[in-house]
Amino acid sequence: MSSPSVPATASSLQKTALNLTHRQCGAKMVDFGGWDMPVEYAGLIAEHMAVRTRVGLFDVSHMGEIQLRGPEALDAVQFVSMNDASKLAEGQAHYSALLTPQGTFVDDILVYKLSPNDYLLVVNAGTRPKDYASIKQHAQRFHCHVSDYSDHYSQLAIQGPQALATLQKLTRVNLDAIRNYWFVWGQVCGVHNVLISRTGYTGEDGFEIYIPSDEATTTRVWQEILDAGREFDIVPCGLGARNTLRLEASMPLYGHEITEETNVFETGLDRFCKLDKPEFLGQEALKKLQEAGGPRRKLVGMEMIERGIGRDGYPICTLAGEQIGVVTSGSPAPFLKKNIALGYVPPAHSALDTELAIKIRGQDVRARIVAQPFYRRPKKRA
Amino acid sequence: MTYPNSYRYTREHEWLQVEETIGTVGITDYAQNSLGDIVFVDAPKVGDTVEAGKVFGSVESVKAVSDLYSPISGTVTAVNQDLVTAPEKINTEPHQAWIIKVQMSTPSQVDTLLSSADYEKFISEETNA
Repeated sequence: MSSPSVPATASSLQKTALNLTHRQCGAKMVDFGGWDMPVEYAGLIAEHMAVRTRVGLFDVSHMGEIQLRGPEALDAVQFVSMNDASKLAEGQAHYSALLTPQGTFVDDILVYKLSPNDYLLVVNAGTRPKDYASIKQHAQRFHCHVSDYSDHYSQLAIQGPQALATLQKLTRVNLDAIRNYWFVWGQVCGVHNVLISRTGYTGEDGFEIYIPSDEATTTRVWQEILDAGREFDIVPCGLGARNTLRLEASMPLYGHEITEETNVFETGLDRFCKLDKPEFLGQEALKKLQEAGGPRRKLVGMEMIERGIGRDGYPICTLAGEQIGVVTSGSPAPFLKKNIALGYVPPAHSALDTELAIKIRGQDVRARIVAQPFYRRPKKRA
Repeated sequence: MTYPNSYRYTREHEWLQVEETIGTVGITDYAQNSLGDIVFVDAPKVGDTVEAGKVFGSVESVKAVSDLYSPISGTVTAVNQDLVTAPEKINTEPHQAWIIKVQMSTPSQVDTLLSSADYEKFISEETNA
């Protein structure tokens, strides 16, 4: 058997405050964007199912947090990101992206409005240095200070139908009153000023909390959440399950669906891009693209019909064998019990139910374009 | 988990059990553990030939694909159909969940494979590398 991955020397990698905790509970560690991160603990499928049916806990402290503060902070955020941050209320967050002047993706981000002159941008780990450099450069023209606070925060994600019940034991904040993509500051496990956000990257209800990054605090909060979730059979989850969960929910991943070679029209993320707001990076290029007609390729969701798993980088072909695109993410979907994939194809081949072939190690295996998201969580009963 | 001392092993983490001229091939506990949850096995067909040291199929976990290397040369006489519907048996009983059986063309190749003691030494070095 060939080795699936060769871990880089751990010493060259960055570590979260929970590194020792992960290792002590037997997590398999991998190099993720230069970080030594847990890919799975007891097993990826069990972790995935725990989040869909109960609750799971993720260490996502590798994510970056960049703060823009000052009288023109809003103008700076507006200039560097594609969504309309002027629509955010204090205590609200939204999905957005940093774009290149060509209208392609530098990164996808969450923007939190902390106060009228204070915004927090949560960015991906692997892109954090270039994001910070780009934001800092472009914010120069505004009366605004840019700080990279990533090393000051540990971020934990509590996700799943029992996430609320689990976290509620550890705080007096009424979590049920926090709407999706809103946040509050509160005390959690006795730690003051924790940012508690009703967000996530799994397709389930849940929370992401930002706590001080010292090892003692982070380890204690991690353990208290596991203790609080014990009655729901909470499990610690690795980045492996995080990836399959987000894929089932059709959420894009930087470096896969969105890159410096893709634009919003191709990804179908137009609804998060407000071309009519004041000037922002990439706006002009995107307007030109829009005038020039629709995108030349579109992101579609596919389900394998024949036996096989279409994975990242595999060619997408017509049934006649002509290559028309590439899979950006592909995997077995543990909850749906299907093999699913996302990838780009020309618009002429992007209609629902179109049958295609994914070339799996030299063999054409049939797949079908299906509606997205692959998985949508059941509506909460009133 | 212990590695049966009646089996032989490859450095690519396959095991071989020999009964007369038939060799049975699977992957080791070490292999299944490093792969994680196995969801798919791609094996050759009965009658196909396999060659020592060459790829004869693949196993897939949720997150990765790994090639399978044949410990010996010969002709495939049986393929474990259980693994089509229950590939996870490789995780739960790696040393029983065989993948193929081979009519060996060159039985002396068996002597070039690792004993269980040598294999255990090999993986302990790989783990500590």
